[in-house]
Amino acid sequence: MLSATNIALIPLLPLLGFVLLSLFGKQLKPFAGVLATVLILVSAVLTGGAAWTYFFANGRVNDVYQTIIPLNIEWLRFNDQLSIQMGLLLDPISVMMLVVVTLISLMVHIYSNSYMHGEKRFATYFAYLQLFTFSMLGLVLATNIFQTYFFWELVGVSSFLLIGYYYDKPSAVAASKKAFIVTRFADLGFLIGILVLSFYGGSLDFQTLIQQLTTPHTPALDAANKASFLGVSALTWGLSLVFIGGAGKSALFPLHIWLPDAMEGPTPVSALIHAATMVVAGVYLVARLFPIYAISAPELLAAIGWVGAISAVIAALIACTQTDIKRVLAYSTMSQIGYMMFALGVSGYGGEAGLGFTASMFHLFTHALFKALLFLGAGAVIHAVHSNEMHDMGGLRKQMPITHISFLIACLAIAGVPPLSGFFSKEEILLAAYQNNTPIYWIALITSGLTAFYMFRLYFRIFWNKPHTGHAHEASAIMWLPLVLLAVGAAFAGLIPFGELVSSDGKALHSELHLSFSIAPVALGVFGILIAAWLYGKQNAKPASIQSSLGGLFQAVYHKLYIDELYLFLTKSVVFALIAKPAAWIDQHIINAAVNGSASITQKISSNIKTWQSGKVQEYGLYFLGGVIGLAVLVLYIW
Amino acid sequence: MNYDWIIGLKSELFTTLIIVVLLLIKLGKGMRNGSLLQITQLLLLVNLALAFGWNGNGYLFGNMFQASQLFGFEKAILIAGVYLLILVNHQWLEKQEHLPEFLVLMLSALLGMQTMISSGNFLMLYLSLELATIPVAAMANFDLDKKRSSEAAMKMILSSALSSGILLMGISLLYGATGTISFEALPQALKADNGLHLLSLVMIFAAFAFKLSAVPFHLWTADVYEGSPMPVTAFLSVVSKGAVAFVLTSTFYRAFQPMFETWYQLLAIIGLITIIIGNLFAIRQDNIKRMLAFSSIAQVGFVLIGISANSPAGLASVIYFVLIYVFSNIAAFGVAAVIAAQTGSEQISDYKGLYANNKLLTWIMALALFSLAGIPPTAGFFGKFFLLTAGAVRADFWLVIIAALNMMVSLYYYLRVVRNMFNTETAQPTIAIPVTVKLGLYLCVAGILITGIAGWIYDYIAMLNR
Repeated sequence: MLSATNIALIPLLPLLGFVLLSLFGKQLKPFAGVLATVLILVSAVLTGGAAWTYFFANGRVNDVYQTIIPLNIEWLRFNDQLSIQMGLLLDPISVMMLVVVTLISLMVHIYSNSYMHGEKRFATYFAYLQLFTFSMLGLVLATNIFQTYFFWELVGVSSFLLIGYYYDKPSAVAASKKAFIVTRFADLGFLIGILVLSFYGGSLDFQTLIQQLTTPHTPALDAANKASFLGVSALTWGLSLVFIGGAGKSALFPLHIWLPDAMEGPTPVSALIHAATMVVAGVYLVARLFPIYAISAPELLAAIGWVGAISAVIAALIACTQTDIKRVLAYSTMSQIGYMMFALGVSGYGGEAGLGFTASMFHLFTHALFKALLFLGAGAVIHAVHSNEMHDMGGLRKQMPITHISFLIACLAIAGVPPLSGFFSKEEILLAAYQNNTPIYWIALITSGLTAFYMFRLYFRIFWNKPHTGHAHEASAIMWLPLVLLAVGAAFAGLIPFGELVSSDGKALHSELHLSFSIAPVALGVFGILIAAWLYGKQNAKPASIQSSLGGLFQAVYHKLYIDELYLFLTKSVVFALIAKPAAWIDQHIINAAVNGSASITQKISSNIKTWQSGKVQEYGLYFLGGVIGLAVLVLYIW
Repeated sequence: MNYDWIIGLKSELFTTLIIVVLLLIKLGKGMRNGSLLQITQLLLLVNLALAFGWNGNGYLFGNMFQASQLFGFEKAILIAGVYLLILVNHQWLEKQEHLPEFLVLMLSALLGMQTMISSGNFLMLYLSLELATIPVAAMANFDLDKKRSSEAAMKMILSSALSSGILLMGISLLYGATGTISFEALPQALKADNGLHLLSLVMIFAAFAFKLSAVPFHLWTADVYEGSPMPVTAFLSVVSKGAVAFVLTSTFYRAFQPMFETWYQLLAIIGLITIIIGNLFAIRQDNIKRMLAFSSIAQVGFVLIGISANSPAGLASVIYFVLIYVFSNIAAFGVAAVIAAQTGSEQISDYKGLYANNKLLTWIMALALFSLAGIPPTAGFFGKFFLLTAGAVRADFWLVIIAALNMMVSLYYYLRVVRNMFNTETAQPTIAIPVTVKLGLYLCVAGILITGIAGWIYDYIAMLNR
């Protein structure tokens, strides 16, 4: 099952789907959804087989999970030292991610068959979805950091297409542009980081890089530690820049501003991209390079932990105030990714110390299930009431029983109520934080209370609160089938002995539950749920009065702490004033004057010859000679 | 009798042959423009094959002319560029009353570039450079009823006369100081700390920088690009620049090798300034032709950074980048030409709502601009990545960081065009694309997509260089 052909087919099938649908979209339109779904289904089955073989048969040698590279072909050869491969890499985290991506993608494909039914660009939608899945799978399987970057950008481009799918809606276009530009900035950091790391590590290959930059006193590591720029070592620069790339994709504070706006895309797309796959790419990237972070740059890793913790709590706060249900889910995603990131941040490498790593990957896995479920459930609700706003909902539990129950399971899971999946992964994260970094533990604990509160605020406002008056009805079977499947996953995935399968060094990590430790987070979670029930279970005036009593504080959080406005101020008033205005000045006074000057003189003076003698060409000559003299002085006297 | 010279000169001879054929047609009965273009395209394809294959290494005419596989490939890129330009500008060309003259001028310039690449001696280089410049000035004048066009031609000829003067002065100084102007002999004769040698380096570099319109030698560019007809602007900013980039590389890497430390700094500084200023100007442009022209200045800055690597990888990545740049820029100019032919507008604001009825054109333009901006998976990304990797070998990270930051700035103005095209408030009517133009655009798209992903293309270039 782990042969190169089998593994290569997993990403290549969606690519085939993309090519077919984009070339023959018109002819295939009635079958576009079925074709795409079947291809993903085959991909998912192959993944299932591969995962089974890897985890339970061939993957383990002497109780350590091996890194298997079934295929690695030379793709671009830069010079004798540096070449770029395109290959397939299997290790516990990539196999786990393969399962997540194909599974969620399959669910979203099935669901979309009904949700997008009747859209004019039905085939195009599935073509984009296939392209995205292909890119994401290529990213997961990358054997080297360049391949990661390549697919990383491809993921970015295809998500840009999906967010802007309703291209005739100005807000969708603006959102996709914002997502594109913010992540481009982050990706620029990634690119420079790759250049730095590959320059010192002498390779782009993950295994070589890790080996070169973690073994003490290799020439590569010494050089990377010694070289410094602005007082920080080159290694730290490289790793931080790579992390910035990851933070952009994973919507970590302060690069998160694109994520809520990206909710303009079709809802199933949000389930795929903004819950389970693309947004965790940053976490995956740090996990991929984890040995380097943990062994050679522990201070940086600690800082990453703080970035994660701050994102987690800020996003949870904002989520408590939003009224657009997809935006609540978007901020919730940002908060949960913050969890995954600080879990990595508090982790060490190898053995018991690596608990945070395992916990982070575990949470990535369970979160993918329940968050995709939440988004798809929200999609069903939006489909039924034709609105994203909470005040158009309420009392839907009778009309939409299946959606209601599955949504409730997902809410309980994310709130960390035992024995649902979220409880187990969150407990592990909290335990890792408790052991290594107490302040982060407290932040995480508060956040988990907030999480329970805002999720159940969402739940009660959709399904309880007030009696429903409209004509909403349950989603079609094609739509609720994925909901039920995901609900089963979200309920029971926590029972997987995750530590046995995924750990920082490949050896099994036995984790146990400490009942006494679980009391605090579970109690806090239940408390959050009860408050939500008290405030939102029935329509009443309490929420409004609390809002007004909080006053400015509420407004600040409601307006997302004015971070968007801050960026706007920075770009408009600072960057434009400092760069664009001088540029405009030069343009107006030199270039335009030159062009307009000659043009106006043309009008005034009829003779053509006089135009050429308007002095401009001489001026050019002057600049030219000035340039030559300047360079000559520089070369002869200064250097 | 030795016929080796025919092999060495085959591509140049064939270009001359095409010129003669065109002249004969002009002198004879004449021909419909359409057929004339077809014949020229066909002959150019033969020439492309000739330049590409059967290349040997060797010298001709007492080391004046050097042939090699690498040079053959460089010439092939330029010929391909001219071929694609003729394809995508079919509409404009077909309307020209004096089409044979225009083609003869363009091919003469191409001939000059070919011999320029192969020159093994500064005298040869100078002659070829003139041959590659003067016909272009005449081409710039081809919008005969527009004053702007004549003005552009006049300004171009005057400015290049100045740069030629400086170049000749540099060459004379070089000859006076070392007694030789052959690329083979110069490395032994040059010293890195001799003032006279340094001065001649600066002068020769300035002349090249002028042709590449690197800052501060770029001022002629605005007027000339604006005033010239669109095909000429494209020719200037794509084919001419490519040729000069090749020649600059081979001159510096061979003749001026001992002065590497000096020209490294020259290239790094001028390269950075060029990227920054080029981008700042391009941001402000509302005319697509001017925007592309100024952005080509910024692109040249990246090439200079790549050249500064002074390694085989540097050379290979410059050639690779130019190849990609030819595809991307001609695609962009091609779409602009089709739109201009139909609507008569070159304003970016008039591209609003293009997508509604012209999906193909919009996607091609978007792809071309993404490639120019260096966004994966288009080839432009690989081109820039390799240039920067080559430039980073000396661990001058300031250079790489500033260059990379500028990729962001350039994104701003490239995306503005894309955003306008996808605007849905208005809808442009359908624009007809002639078959020939479509063929040219498809070829460019194939180039943009394949050149980056297919690793063997870069491999092949690097192999030629070995």
